[in-house]
Amino acid sequence: MSVVVEVMPKPEILDPQGQAVLRALHRLGFTEVTGVRQGKRFELDVDGDVDDAVLDRLEQAASTLLANPVIEEHVVHVGASVHDESA
Amino acid sequence: MRIGIVTFPGSLDDRDAARAVRYAGGEPVALWHGDDDVAGVDAVVLPGGFSYGDYLRCGAIARFAPVMRTVVDRAHAGMPVLGICNGFQILCEAHLLPGALIRNDCQTFVCRDQELTVEATGTAWTSSYQPGQRLVVPLKSGEGGYVADEATLDEIESAGRVVVRYTDVNPNGSARDIAGVSSADGRVVGLMPHPEHAIDPLTGPGADGLGFFTSVLTSVVAA
Repeated sequence: MSVVVEVMPKPEILDPQGQAVLRALHRLGFTEVTGVRQGKRFELDVDGDVDDAVLDRLEQAASTLLANPVIEEHVVHVGASVHDESA
Repeated sequence: MRIGIVTFPGSLDDRDAARAVRYAGGEPVALWHGDDDVAGVDAVVLPGGFSYGDYLRCGAIARFAPVMRTVVDRAHAGMPVLGICNGFQILCEAHLLPGALIRNDCQTFVCRDQELTVEATGTAWTSSYQPGQRLVVPLKSGEGGYVADEATLDEIESAGRVVVRYTDVNPNGSARDIAGVSSADGRVVGLMPHPEHAIDPLTGPGADGLGFFTSVLTSVVAA
């Protein structure tokens, strides 16, 4: 099973990467895009079923290592990998 | 006086930090990120560089290196720790210092001789300076923007924990021009600029940075 951790910069934190991407999108003509924020997505493979206890542990992993709560927000959920979904 | 300098995979400035300690009159002791202890040193410097390739976030993986367990424990007990650049990022990730460092607002790596003003001289690493003293020290970083929430910024300002501030320009968008902060007890200091590169006019813009390394010698004696 895959557990997905998504991490985004907090709204009040400046996101220079997102701003650079937004400008590039506008140069390419995608002017309907009015804002971009860039984050990270982690796909964690785990053996067996993902129950609440597993999710609780991986929530700890996310808040300890994968995200920095000073500047980032995160969510942990069961999910398929992008590879499987795009196949 | 034995000052440990930790080398992580990807550290760059460990040798210059050791040289600065020697110039100041201390004995540098090389520490390895995989060590479990700090060899009984009196203080520790976490040098600049790109520990663990800056993967995940700058300093996020180095924070959990075996040696950091001991560094954090000893810091809580009052051992002086100086984090320079990547070392500052590691200290923030380890929650020894408040806030975090994010990508420069100019979106480019910045490398310049930076003017600073010393704000706090009561720390273990700045007692050799005068309040308001101007320094010129190299700054070289891509993720040097200091951020923290407003309440934290107000708290560290009122507690005198802003150690140095950018003076001529704010090179990276740091909140309130903050270039360095300290722990509540003043024993742990983090800086984005590199004082270890400014200890000798032959190899840097001057010797303004040497005071950080002479300060700790007296602070350890005093402790």
